[in-house]
Amino acid sequence: MIRVALPPHLRNLAHVKEDVLLDVAGPVTRASVLDALEARYPVLRGTIRDHVTAQRRPFLRFFACQRDLTHEPPDAPLPDAVASGAEPFLVIGAIAGG
Amino acid sequence: MSGVRVLVGTRKGAFILTADGKRERWNVSGPHFAGWEIYHVKGSLADPNRLYASQSSGWFGQVIQRSCDGGKTWETPGGGMGKTPDGMPTGESNKFVYDATPETGKPLTTHQWYDGTQHPWEFKRVWHLEPSLTDPDTAYAGVEDAGLFRTTDGGKTWQELPGLRGHGTGPKWQPGAGGMCLHTILLDPTNSRRMYVAISAAGAFRSDDGGTSWKPINRGLRSQYIPDPNAEVGHCVHRIALNRSRPNVLFMQKHWDVMRSDDAGDSWHEVSGNLPTDFGFVIDVHAHEPDTIYVVPIKSDSEHYVPDAKLRVFRSRTGGNEWEALTKGLPQRDCYVNVLRDAMAIDSLDKCGVYFGTTGGQVYLSPDSGDNWTPIVRDLPAVLSVEVQTLK
Repeated sequence: MIRVALPPHLRNLAHVKEDVLLDVAGPVTRASVLDALEARYPVLRGTIRDHVTAQRRPFLRFFACQRDLTHEPPDAPLPDAVASGAEPFLVIGAIAGG
Repeated sequence: MSGVRVLVGTRKGAFILTADGKRERWNVSGPHFAGWEIYHVKGSLADPNRLYASQSSGWFGQVIQRSCDGGKTWETPGGGMGKTPDGMPTGESNKFVYDATPETGKPLTTHQWYDGTQHPWEFKRVWHLEPSLTDPDTAYAGVEDAGLFRTTDGGKTWQELPGLRGHGTGPKWQPGAGGMCLHTILLDPTNSRRMYVAISAAGAFRSDDGGTSWKPINRGLRSQYIPDPNAEVGHCVHRIALNRSRPNVLFMQKHWDVMRSDDAGDSWHEVSGNLPTDFGFVIDVHAHEPDTIYVVPIKSDSEHYVPDAKLRVFRSRTGGNEWEALTKGLPQRDCYVNVLRDAMAIDSLDKCGVYFGTTGGQVYLSPDSGDNWTPIVRDLPAVLSVEVQTLK
């Protein structure tokens, strides 16, 4: 199972309290994880990726295993530790003061 | 017994304030959608328990929420209602996709950008929701970049009414400092085919065929901040309002100038009269007296707070030109709040109530048409919108 850590606002929107556990068919990539996430929680469609272009929303980033994977190609394999469920795939909202 | 439900959108969530018809003791619920910007919440006249809310975030985009029980519970209707066997909502956040189809969405226009070039329309958020007067499942959404959408299935899907963007002046529209937003939607209660919208910074527009085709209605507006002060479009209209009993008479708060039209927007004349400043955002009309109107003057377009550090609502009982300051119960020193364009509402009880919210987080009520004011709440996040439902 893949673990996905969502920011608090998206957890509230999806009515989940902790990390999300997902079955991902085929290669474990950012695109396949987000596809599985949106299939399981339709309310998250459009909140992480644009509805039409599927582009990442500008103020969100993707981290895993102490690495910033935001600018990796969406179909690039995620680290083995994410694929095995040992480490979570983190969706992070950019910090903003004020 | 009669009562009122005040729907407040703020920078950090929605609040619902309820009271009986005396409007003395209030129950405050919220924040709903805590931490999100709630540009607007509005209830259906056809079913007062049906509410629509625009929930948005610079991080996570746009979500439409709806309630079928007067705001006690909410759901995301996008794509379908219901829950999975383990209780997860199956609704989606909402898609607002501009119509680009050959059948209805052409020509696909661009609009003027800050640097004078043409720029494609990009959806950002819903500013205003206007439920149909007769069908709780039908509602209109005014969005940024300026466009008009409609749902006829209770918010599951939204379709653009592309005749507005495509009617010919679209390439001349341009964003103001707050973005290029469609912020006002008025439905004529006596003519189901007629509706009005207003856009910053393009102007006011009218449809006489249910939203299929549109024309600019800006004759008489004069704006010194555009190259041709009398241009057909380009005016920064902040808000328009009408009284249900006399829908051909419109009142407008423009960037500068308070205006009036007696012919459904075909022509406008200025009624700023003796106001201390005619810059402002809100304007509204008394529920029972169609010539009684309210504005909250703001110092200037670069100083978005009330003049002289005094929070004053100005009322005209003559349809404009002659204005009186209403101050009883409002702060008259050291006050520097703003009142945004969707942040005033008026109930229809016999003793007409007037409500407005400030960027300082206060929501004020006058239960006697403006003579006396009292805060319902003082310390909410900055108020973006105020609507009121009069409940029987």
